[in-house]
Amino acid sequence: MVARNKKNNGTRTIKVDYLARVEGEGALHVKLKDNQLKDVKLKIFEPPRFFEAFLRGRDFREAPDITARICGICPIAYQLGASQAMEEACGVKVTGPLRDLRRLIYCGEWIESHVLHVFMLHAPDFLGYEDAIQLAKDYPDVVQRGLKMKRIGNDIMTLLGGREIHPINIKVGGFYKVPTKKKLQTLVSDLQWGLEAAIETVKLVSTFTFPDLEPDYEFVALRHPNEYAIAEGRLVSNKGINAPIKQYDDYLFEEHVAHSTALHTHVRERGACFLGPLARYALNYDKLSKTAREVSKNAGLGKSCSNPFKSIIVRCVETVYAFEEALRLIAGYQMPDMPAVDVTPQAGTGYGATEAPRGICYHRYTIDAAGLIQDAKIVSPTAVNQKQIENDLREFIPANLHLPDDKLQWQCEQAIRNYDPCISCSTHFLKLTIERQ
Amino acid sequence: MPAKPDAGTPGKKKPKLAVWKFASCDGCQLSLLDCEDDLLAVAGAVEIANFPEASRAVVKGPYDVSLVEGSITTTHDAERIHQVRRASKFLITIGACATSGGIQALRNFQNVDDYVSIVYASPQYISTLKTSTPIDEHIHVDFELRGCPVNKHQLIEVLNAFLNNRKPNIPKHSLCVECKRKGLPCVMVAQGIACLGPITQAGCGVLCPSYNRGCYACFGPMETPNVPSLMDWLEQLGVDKADIVRALQTYNVNAKAFRKGSLA
Repeated sequence: MVARNKKNNGTRTIKVDYLARVEGEGALHVKLKDNQLKDVKLKIFEPPRFFEAFLRGRDFREAPDITARICGICPIAYQLGASQAMEEACGVKVTGPLRDLRRLIYCGEWIESHVLHVFMLHAPDFLGYEDAIQLAKDYPDVVQRGLKMKRIGNDIMTLLGGREIHPINIKVGGFYKVPTKKKLQTLVSDLQWGLEAAIETVKLVSTFTFPDLEPDYEFVALRHPNEYAIAEGRLVSNKGINAPIKQYDDYLFEEHVAHSTALHTHVRERGACFLGPLARYALNYDKLSKTAREVSKNAGLGKSCSNPFKSIIVRCVETVYAFEEALRLIAGYQMPDMPAVDVTPQAGTGYGATEAPRGICYHRYTIDAAGLIQDAKIVSPTAVNQKQIENDLREFIPANLHLPDDKLQWQCEQAIRNYDPCISCSTHFLKLTIERQ
Repeated sequence: MPAKPDAGTPGKKKPKLAVWKFASCDGCQLSLLDCEDDLLAVAGAVEIANFPEASRAVVKGPYDVSLVEGSITTTHDAERIHQVRRASKFLITIGACATSGGIQALRNFQNVDDYVSIVYASPQYISTLKTSTPIDEHIHVDFELRGCPVNKHQLIEVLNAFLNNRKPNIPKHSLCVECKRKGLPCVMVAQGIACLGPITQAGCGVLCPSYNRGCYACFGPMETPNVPSLMDWLEQLGVDKADIVRALQTYNVNAKAFRKGSLA
């Protein structure tokens, strides 16, 4: 659904009424006057669903399953963020094989979500196709390979979680049932194939043509001393943040902007920040596996990459890492005696943050002594990135005004898809009000 | 069922498929993309005419078959669903949001203004209905597919049935039937785990009991559920009344049998 018009008074308007190949409902409105950029609005018209409100009064053990329903694309980010926050509030730590299994199912979510985005949502932009189905007509092998890689990510989710969307096996304290080593090993040959396929995919996407854009981002990601942070870490940035997750609210705060649909997140006293693959890559390059570092070097990437269009390469490098990490975790797995740690509620506040495929997903809950939730705050990565997306467009559009409307519009859409936005993570999105001059 | 859609007849146009989203998490339409092994076959059997999550190309309606995800929570959506109906020959709702109102229907039991002010700093920018309602409260629906999320094999079955002009094979009996067929020991009898299987529609593949967990009713009520009886059984198991009520008030809270049972 696209509308364009060119008026005689020098005003040029580019509208995308319904953004395609993103998860959720969004729109873009760009206004130009006398070839000057006047306004950029990324509109979100996803209806609010009020998770933080109806979580109040629910039992703390219900949070992982309920918050999973915020997003069908990245349920693990919500299930694990909520579980960790509750465990912290109750003074419990999940370690050993249970922690490894959580990391393993998260590798599944990264693979599934990254491959979906790379092949079905983003690659068609670079190759000039409307969608992956049309792409499949000319490149059947490439799309088939992507679908198989995605299926392997989903196979991890299904084996460990019961199903790929809203898994049923994750709970506060661990799992309802843990797999035998033998069961996990059934994944190995597919994962080995997937690792090779992911390496090939990095090579493929590195040959794409990338528009020029390299803003001076503040990258924010989790960082862990021993591993490429996925399910836990400290909050760090390339401009000085280094703090435990419980201080998240001291560094990143939300502002209610009248003309926008979303609560915009700012780094305190600075501005927008960037979450997701490019941020993780820049801040945790040293924690990537040797294979992943080699593959990224061969693809022409340095230790950091600030071109958001190249996020597709970094997403593929992270996919290589996730396949390799899944194999490592399975090789080292010993089935634990108990599928979960006992968690007894106690009054308090707990914090949880994990790296969803598209960036940090933050949870904070306060529970009472009976385990009933008194307060909940959940911040999805797309809500945080929204301000940065608009900033990218403000920088990208003036440099590309020579493009015809349809081409410029498509590249603006592509610039939004760089972030793999997941608009359904609706907790913090508002309905649009139009600012009138 | 509608007139035969000429599926697979050489030289005939393929039926046009559209996917529509209302208030939801996107998971049910993602189920279609998660049919990795069948996706290109589906794309070969129908023309994917309007599926924004997957394609920026849009073919004009009318559409032979529409899949509708999500519930109605805004006045704009309450109008839009009528446009979708007018443009669709056969309309299938997919998932708990579309078939019962979803978890966001918890607002139906509270003051929605309180909800708005808990989540948002400036409530005046929020425009939302007081209720979250299923699609069939607004328009005629030709088939409802349950689940939070839907089972992707059932989704393929429903599309396949439509393409071949037959009735979908989607049972309406309880999860217990499916559980017994699978040969699983009853988690409630053997382990004393609270389970909503006796009042829940089958279709998930008995996931929770297979993982030593009680069913939490994400497929909504079966065709003739005896909710008060199960509530009595759960109390005898030692489950708190408040926990039983919360168990009924989740993803299908607005389904009649669960709503009635949890408010009794």
